[in-house]
Amino acid sequence: MNETIRNLLTKLGGLPVAVDSLADDADLYAAGLSSFASVQLMLGIEEAFDIEFPDNLLNRKSFASIAAIEKTVATIIEAQEAA
Amino acid sequence: MDMQISFLDRLFDSGLLIETGVEGLYGRSGEFEGVIAAFERLIDRVGGEDGAEAIRFPPGMNRAFFEKSGYMKSFPQLAGTVHSFCGCELDHMSLLKCMEEGNDWTGEQKATDIVLTPAACYPLYPTIAKRGNLPVSGGLYDLQSYCFRHEPSNDPARQQLFRMREYVCMGTEAKVTEFRQLWMDRGVKMMEDVGLSVEIDVANDPFFGRAGKLLANNQRDQNLKFELLIPVTSDVKKTACMSFNYHQDAFGAKWGLNLEDGAVAHTACVGFGLERIALALFAAHGLDTRLWPENVRKVLWG
Repeated sequence: MNETIRNLLTKLGGLPVAVDSLADDADLYAAGLSSFASVQLMLGIEEAFDIEFPDNLLNRKSFASIAAIEKTVATIIEAQEAA
Repeated sequence: MDMQISFLDRLFDSGLLIETGVEGLYGRSGEFEGVIAAFERLIDRVGGEDGAEAIRFPPGMNRAFFEKSGYMKSFPQLAGTVHSFCGCELDHMSLLKCMEEGNDWTGEQKATDIVLTPAACYPLYPTIAKRGNLPVSGGLYDLQSYCFRHEPSNDPARQQLFRMREYVCMGTEAKVTEFRQLWMDRGVKMMEDVGLSVEIDVANDPFFGRAGKLLANNQRDQNLKFELLIPVTSDVKKTACMSFNYHQDAFGAKWGLNLEDGAVAHTACVGFGLERIALALFAAHGLDTRLWPENVRKVLWG
């Protein structure tokens, strides 16, 4: 999952720095992730993992770092499997 | 009874607003305009000493600037574009025939270079960027324009064509956030002076779709937008009569607005919804301005 997220971030994040240089817990907003790029990233993640973000996870915190995204995606997958 | 329809009906009955057959598109009476003019003079008295450069744009803007602004990314549902007939004589004949037969004649209309202005400050950013770097003191501008938003409604406070008075500040982060706070304080005082009960709350723009939900939450999490709320058609669901927006360096980066040292400018704007303020005054003090409380009349008309 980590690699897929990093690939999506490279493709859609529009970051001025190389994604490889970012630690999993690095602040993506500080690294230059814009609001609009986070929307693109959200849509890309939904497609890649075949999930749909619920309203309560459509916030800044969900995309704050690669680790945060992993956690968010895992939460959604878990909820979808339980449903 | 639907309170919104009731207030709108009373506004029509009194002649303050004039029905056109389209929701959110109204004429205004002399008395209604008198209130807006008086409130604008109050704005001038409060903000005049700041030395803002006054600029008035018509309610249409250059389509190329509109496209670059990114408005369609966020609010495609609200935009209004101007289309015209651009055909030859033969096309004219088909157009008339189509209209006569009651068919849809608008499909062949072509987009012009003009888009209806969605917010008074939209034409400002490319205009200022063209001048080159901002002076060391930054920039402060005074704008007013009719604005268009496609959102038909029977709430008189949600019109499709309405006027927005704005001050826009460009400069360092510290300068523009201080400007925004100054107008939040001034706004509350001004509304209290004209007898309106107000509250200020964090807000978000009506971004389109599910992706818009993320943008709206981002905006709220960062306290980028505040609104000054006043009861107009409902005491529970209050109406935003002013907004206070901090754009960070988003517009600066997009339009190439730079400070004297070359750093990207931060921007902020405060907007007065002039029709909404007039409606709030009529809702609070009654539909006859001659009967408004003496202290309110004094603030507005001296």
